[in-house]
Amino acid sequence: MARIELNGIRKSFDATEVLGGIDLTIENGDFLSLVGPSGCGKSTLLRIIAGLEPQSAGQVTIDGSIVDGIRPSARNLAMVFQSYALYPHLSAFDNMAVPLRMRRLSTVERLPLLGSLLPGRRREERIIRADIDKVAAQLEISHLLQRKPAQLSGGQRQRVAVGRAMVRQPEAFLFDEPLSNLDAKLRVHMRAELAELHRSLRSTFIYVTHDQAEAMTMSSRLAVMIGGELVQVGRPAEIYDNPRDVRVAEFVGSPKINMMPGRIRDDSRIEVFGHVLRLASSQPPGNCSIGVRSERIELGSGPFSGAVIHVENMGAEAFVHIGLNGTEARLVARVNDVRRLPDIGSHLSFNFAADAVRAFNSAGKRIDVTAEQPERIRERAVV
Amino acid sequence: MSDNVATIGGVTVRLPVPATAQRRGRLSLTPYGLVAPALTLMLIMLLGPLAGVIALSFTDYQLGAPSLSWIGLANYHEMFGDRVFWTSLRNTLVYVGIVVPGAVTTGLAIALLIQSGTSLRSLYRTIYFLPVMATLIAMAVVWEFMLHPQFGLVNGVLREIGIAGPSWLQDRSTALYALCAIGIWQAAGFNMVLFLAGLVSIPKQLYEAAEIDGAASAWARFRLVTWPLLRPVTTFVVVISGIRSFQVFDTVHVLTKGGPSKSTEVLIHSMYTEGFEFFRSGYGAALTVVFLTFILLLTLIKSRLADRGVQYA
Repeated sequence: MARIELNGIRKSFDATEVLGGIDLTIENGDFLSLVGPSGCGKSTLLRIIAGLEPQSAGQVTIDGSIVDGIRPSARNLAMVFQSYALYPHLSAFDNMAVPLRMRRLSTVERLPLLGSLLPGRRREERIIRADIDKVAAQLEISHLLQRKPAQLSGGQRQRVAVGRAMVRQPEAFLFDEPLSNLDAKLRVHMRAELAELHRSLRSTFIYVTHDQAEAMTMSSRLAVMIGGELVQVGRPAEIYDNPRDVRVAEFVGSPKINMMPGRIRDDSRIEVFGHVLRLASSQPPGNCSIGVRSERIELGSGPFSGAVIHVENMGAEAFVHIGLNGTEARLVARVNDVRRLPDIGSHLSFNFAADAVRAFNSAGKRIDVTAEQPERIRERAVV
Repeated sequence: MSDNVATIGGVTVRLPVPATAQRRGRLSLTPYGLVAPALTLMLIMLLGPLAGVIALSFTDYQLGAPSLSWIGLANYHEMFGDRVFWTSLRNTLVYVGIVVPGAVTTGLAIALLIQSGTSLRSLYRTIYFLPVMATLIAMAVVWEFMLHPQFGLVNGVLREIGIAGPSWLQDRSTALYALCAIGIWQAAGFNMVLFLAGLVSIPKQLYEAAEIDGAASAWARFRLVTWPLLRPVTTFVVVISGIRSFQVFDTVHVLTKGGPSKSTEVLIHSMYTEGFEFFRSGYGAALTVVFLTFILLLTLIKSRLADRGVQYA
């Protein structure tokens, strides 16, 4: 149970800066996902928290005490690696026993032959066995404890790695893309399990992933990192609905948000593909971009029209790819009723509600828009 | 049917035909035909000479002699009654017993140091590998200078700190150990390269996991990760060093010729003197058989241990 604070964390490898001043507070019991495209520095940040990598500048504070310069072993954090990093020569039981033996036994007691003769070691081993059995039962791996990692499947290794992290009841758990080596089905299953585990342990979880779906479904808070910067931190729903940056909008959500080139006219209204939206912006006239999520595109009628290029039918829902008439732009619309899908090549009209629009300026920052006469816009959508 | 006959390595083989009745008889020949080339080579290059040596050890053959006669176990009888044989066997075992652990631990230590270093890695690798590439006979001359009682480097350094060094290679009590030191120096570089290859294959994340699991000291991480994961390499290195030090000859021949008073006499050197200086080929062959028995033993141990290799996850 720990509250972790990061103040102005910077990291550069030689001349390349990978982290440019990260400030972040992870509350006690939080499930925080560090999410971003590969190479954004999220794993480096996690390794700095763990102590595996020294930061170039800034401070890491765990429960009020500064841990800079303190070895990873003394920080009492547990980490689950992408490759699981199980010791290949040890059984699942011994793998899980390593952190306990390292902490509870002295160097002499850990000696292979001499150590087992000491009375203290026997007593400790009994307690260690009991602790491991408890965690193994919780993770449903009791029957696998005698196996070597090579005899375990990917999902089972994953559980052993989580078990090794759990046994010593650390201050916080660090996960470095732990599900990316699993197949898609198992990944979805483990997602739910990890979220449940977090609820039952009530411990602090920091979870690094490049998979926005993982981050969205599991975490209580999301920290989106792009290019070594923390772009936005917030609850998953808030980040999905209210991205402060075009890169966040494009990264979070699947399929990707539809971005369209727009323009703020001299009368401060926003125009897209020659159609004037009933939205006003306080920003000076100029180019901007408009984002609309696929589920907010309403097919059937409206001022926009295009040809159906491709239809992805997922069974419960479908995504219709539309090429806009006279432009290069492509949009994706989600259709909930898969029984009534348009044919590929057919033309259709569509519209979107004014409150579905997220506008960004040319620098990619979100700009606030105000709807004019919202009743009239609803009418337009119906027409 | 002529297209069902093929010639492989000088041996005519009938290829199987689809009819199952004919197939059975012909199939039994095919595998022999296929292994024939390799088997022939093995017979000519390895097994033949080996059988020759074993046969020779039961004769009184002398190099260049026009005839030989079968004398049964007389050579072995003489050998086991000879004090020099037992001295050379003991010296060889002492040499192996010192050089193998010495060269393995030095090789491992150098490999660990180079691996943990940040720069100049390839320079150090080259430096420590040099003794392996250099001709040992030429290097032995350099060692002779270094160990010279009056103007040698070793005794010069000892004199500086006030110790009167012995005349290393001429003293009965030190000559064998001086040769051991040269042996370790020569083998350590080779072992280092093998250990370095083994160290590179250990995943870095295991060390990070060990660090997070509480293995704070370098020793704890070595015991938890490095040593167990290096086990296959260590087995191989120990056996190879064992075989190579059993074969010690060049340094002995160049520096001491087995002396002073047989204190550095080793198996291969006795074999050489008996066979090529006294021309007693039969007796030399008997010594070779003893030597080969030890090598065979080491090889068997290795193949036993190699089966229990570490499985990487």
